[in-house]
Amino acid sequence: MEYLSLFVKSIFVDNMIFAYFLGMCSFLAVSKNVKTAAGLGVAVIFVLLVTLPVNYLLNEYVLKAGALSWLGEGFADVDLSFLSFIIFIAVIAAMVQIVEMVVEKFSPSLYSSLGIFLPLIAVNCAILGGSLFMQQKDFVNIGEAAVYSLGSGIGWFLAIVSLAAIREKMSYSNVPAALKGLGITFITVGLMGLAFMTFMGISL
Amino acid sequence: MNAKIKETLLNPIFKGNPITVLVLGICSSLAVTVTLKGALVMTLSVIVVTGVSSLILSILRNTIPSRVRIIVQLVVVAMMVILVDQVLKSFEATYAIDKQLSVYIGLIITNCIVMGRIEAFALGNKPWPSFLDGVANGAGYGLILIVVAFFRELLGSGTLFGFDILGRFGYVTNNLVILPPFALIFIGCIVWLQRSIQKDLQEK
Repeated sequence: MEYLSLFVKSIFVDNMIFAYFLGMCSFLAVSKNVKTAAGLGVAVIFVLLVTLPVNYLLNEYVLKAGALSWLGEGFADVDLSFLSFIIFIAVIAAMVQIVEMVVEKFSPSLYSSLGIFLPLIAVNCAILGGSLFMQQKDFVNIGEAAVYSLGSGIGWFLAIVSLAAIREKMSYSNVPAALKGLGITFITVGLMGLAFMTFMGISL
Repeated sequence: MNAKIKETLLNPIFKGNPITVLVLGICSSLAVTVTLKGALVMTLSVIVVTGVSSLILSILRNTIPSRVRIIVQLVVVAMMVILVDQVLKSFEATYAIDKQLSVYIGLIITNCIVMGRIEAFALGNKPWPSFLDGVANGAGYGLILIVVAFFRELLGSGTLFGFDILGRFGYVTNNLVILPPFALIFIGCIVWLQRSIQKDLQEK
């Protein structure tokens, strides 16, 4: 039951886009049509699901204050948490590379549809943001971290697909010239964010 | 100061603003604009990170093999961000702001402005212009941040830098403006304004 509540919460209440604005750059750039948006969304779910549990383990057993105590008494008061940015980004960059190679080897069709997005994802704020939030949230086990990463990924996917759908429809409407494109997209995302805020009251 | 350097410095502030024209670094710009203080600290951090990492990578530009340049860039940027984060944490006055900005300081690493300017400018130019370009882009980013934060803090809490301004005149605070989606709507309006003035930026 706890997993379910965490899952629903990470999709709707703590939505990466509408509550924290993570991954906004690619969110705005790649949401012109639904098909490519869905491709990028799937890639984000995938990479989050791989990197977040790995970073959880690293945080738990290497970086956190006292995390190295399994090495012996002398390491009990070592605090490496200042290194977390560089470790997390290295893990993410490495994982993206590995995921890219594995996908290319085993599923060429998936690779050709995700291909161009995978390298971009290394610098997608949503991925690093997920790991940094994980560090703050103090999950008790790796299961929670995995459920959280899946939920955040799905939340991001839903957000980009729905924005792409709205933008496809909007190309037929009569927007003031100066507001066309970027301006109206910002305002649309803002209004979608307001709508998503209704989920905030939900407690499971 | 010759014309080219002047152009490098002034272009990113308005005509080629990283947020409203290049659409880079949106992620962090939205979440840190609830208070002016937070926006100011974020601006300074980003200026330092973009300036110094552009400088370092410009010095190294002829020695980095292009195949591993992304990793090298990430390492240099992550190092700068760790330094900034540690400095913020070590002073009492900025510690509270560092807590308030939470993950967004760490997310400067994946802020597209930093990587974007390194890729687009620092790798092809001499150190001094690259440094100026980094600083100017950080400042252009900060300008939007501060304008948005000014309106959000004034209308949302009736204060500026924590001092009561509108509250004295019996202003009832508008909590809607504090909600995250309103940052997007404000930026949308800034884009609208800028594109009404600069007609050549309008999208077809």
